Amino acid sequence: MFRMTLAAALLASSAPALAATHTITPGEGAQERLQEALILAEPGDEIVLSAGRYAINDGLSLDVEGVTIRGAGMDGTVLDFTGQQGAGEGLLVTSDNVTLRDFALENPKGDGIKSKGADNIVYHRIRVTWTNGPAATNGAYGLYPVESDGILIDGCKVTGASDAGIYVGQSNRITVRNSIAEANVAGIEIENSRNALVEHNIATRNTGGILVFDLPGLPVMGGGNVIVANNLVVANDTPNFAPPGNIVAGVRRGTGIMVMANDRVLVENNILSGNPTAPIMVVAYPQQYDDPRYEPIPRNVTIGANLIDQGGYDPQIEGKEALMAAFGGELPPLLWDGLGNPATTLAVAPGIVGWNLNLQEQGQGLGDAQPTLLQNAPRPVEVFYREGIGAPAALDERLSR
Amino acid sequence: MRHVAWAACAALALAGALAVQASPTAVVNEATITEPGLPRTLAEFGFFTDAPQQVPAEGVMPYRLNTPLYSDGAEKLRFIYVPKGAKALAQGEKLLELPVGTALIKTFAFPEGGKRRLIETRVLLHRADGWLALPYLWNEEQTEARLAVAGARLDLVTPKGEAISYRVPNKNQCKECHGLEGAVIPIGPKVRNLSHDWLASMVAAGHLDAMPQDADQLPLWEERDGVPVVKAARAYLDVNCAHCHRPGATASNSGLDLRWEQQDPHALGIGKRPVAAGRGAGGFLFDIVPGSPDHSILPYRMSTTEGGIAMPEIGKSTVDEEGLAVVRRWIEEMAP
Repeated sequence: MFRMTLAAALLASSAPALAATHTITPGEGAQERLQEALILAEPGDEIVLSAGRYAINDGLSLDVEGVTIRGAGMDGTVLDFTGQQGAGEGLLVTSDNVTLRDFALENPKGDGIKSKGADNIVYHRIRVTWTNGPAATNGAYGLYPVESDGILIDGCKVTGASDAGIYVGQSNRITVRNSIAEANVAGIEIENSRNALVEHNIATRNTGGILVFDLPGLPVMGGGNVIVANNLVVANDTPNFAPPGNIVAGVRRGTGIMVMANDRVLVENNILSGNPTAPIMVVAYPQQYDDPRYEPIPRNVTIGANLIDQGGYDPQIEGKEALMAAFGGELPPLLWDGLGNPATTLAVAPGIVGWNLNLQEQGQGLGDAQPTLLQNAPRPVEVFYREGIGAPAALDERLSR
Repeated sequence: MRHVAWAACAALALAGALAVQASPTAVVNEATITEPGLPRTLAEFGFFTDAPQQVPAEGVMPYRLNTPLYSDGAEKLRFIYVPKGAKALAQGEKLLELPVGTALIKTFAFPEGGKRRLIETRVLLHRADGWLALPYLWNEEQTEARLAVAGARLDLVTPKGEAISYRVPNKNQCKECHGLEGAVIPIGPKVRNLSHDWLASMVAAGHLDAMPQDADQLPLWEERDGVPVVKAARAYLDVNCAHCHRPGATASNSGLDLRWEQQDPHALGIGKRPVAAGRGAGGFLFDIVPGSPDHSILPYRMSTTEGGIAMPEIGKSTVDEEGLAVVRRWIEEMAP
């Protein structure tokens, strides 16, 4: 009762009416009842999905701000999209201040949950699973917030995405934490986004564990200010099953953490084990582009202390036998393509051994590599300026409601 | 007080319409367009003197689009109502600026048993706080259309004989196509997609301020083979794709901009790599590879109905073979 009152009071400024709760139960007509509730909800309302399995055959959508969709747990309430006929995602959210929590989506045809232009959104204990394991026929993204300011993803789990399990694109002020990304092509991907904190996650059995990318030709560019810390990035050894053509189709099996073309990224205190191509990779965007706004070379990447073992033992790299022999049987854990001003591109903590492809210009392939050990890590690790990185604190307060 | 009077008037008109089929005195209930609330039936608006026959009431003007949006081959009956005493404004070749109180009405119908079966009537209402999109679903008896905010699915056979599960969009899905910068807007009535004759008749009837000057004209779809393929294809993409694939709209994050006025080849997809396309990329590297429709993502996504790959994502259950052919020909004829 107290909680209800408090919630109502907090919402009073934007929603004059008292918040209402709409309870949906599984069974006949559940999809229509749920979609109708999503449409007719007023700002501040809560839509409660009772425990059970819901057969959903069309995309669902929410366009009312301040709504909470709450299930009975990520194994208790399951929206089953196996029979989905239309729409590009299971659930589409286009309104601000939405909280999604404690339910699951299974086998959506396209993306799992997409939120676009949906500021201050919380994904809490949401599971998205393609139940047949890794397959190119699975949908692309599990959780897919894009073009939004204020994103908190906490305690979620995505399995089987044919692109990225948790993908945040063209957004600002982001936290992805306490989540599991398993058996996706990319586990967690932060793309063309700023001020992202990726911490305390598990990325395992993906092709690549955690990717931080900036790509050309998009409305929002200039990704940076990203911290990847305290994650468990282990056994990312699933062969790449992305449909060709997508940027992640080029990710090598066994990539742990990969930084491409970003500005100011900190990678520290992660545990990386069993990533057979490279535990950590820092590279330039390799493809042609035509976009004067774009900077393909990474800048100000700091590789702090990380606990690394069993990396680079079976790299998906041309001429790997010769390379491995040259480096004594296993490639060093940090791979840099060598592109960028040594004074500003990369700072590496003592104890992290790296190697350098010594590429000379953007767009060169591995055939032009002249690998050497990464000498005198270009500069010492500096204090990383963390102010303003991560989701707004107010989003945390919603977790306890 | 005025609204009460209007409502009473409309109720009388409605009663009249029920008593005498196709009463010529039916008038549009303007309050249903402008006042808050979601009318439960289409009849409450008074848009038709005979709705099952789609005979419009006084002031409700039928119109057609030069190049229409493909909807599984549905026959689409389009009407516009501009409120008394107000005028639409022509803005170059772009969307008509339609005054508050305007309604756009579109009925979807499929042939069945030699007759026309009405499926749904979608209305766009211009209220003081913006446009509102509502779908009304026709009953089996074809006597009444009721509001279906959650949409529906129906089994249908298209004019080409394809059995489909037809999707009546829910209220939110309306916004997927009609949304721009967070607001709902009309899509169809762009000056460039309306005939000069119709625009002139609107001016003559006092519903439009002036004949637009120097406006581009999209070609008539049925005459597509007689115009340069670039015009036919760009018109098709403008009408069928650009409501999402433009800045500020549903697919803005893709960076693909398929509007008629877009001239940057990269924004149009030429040599553009996909973003977030997932399986939709189909193994191809670029949206459009000049000269090679078979290696271009755009026609690939048009050529399927599979969820997660098909474009557009909603609003179609069959492939538009004619539209696909025009787009393929356009890509084929591009100099590599």
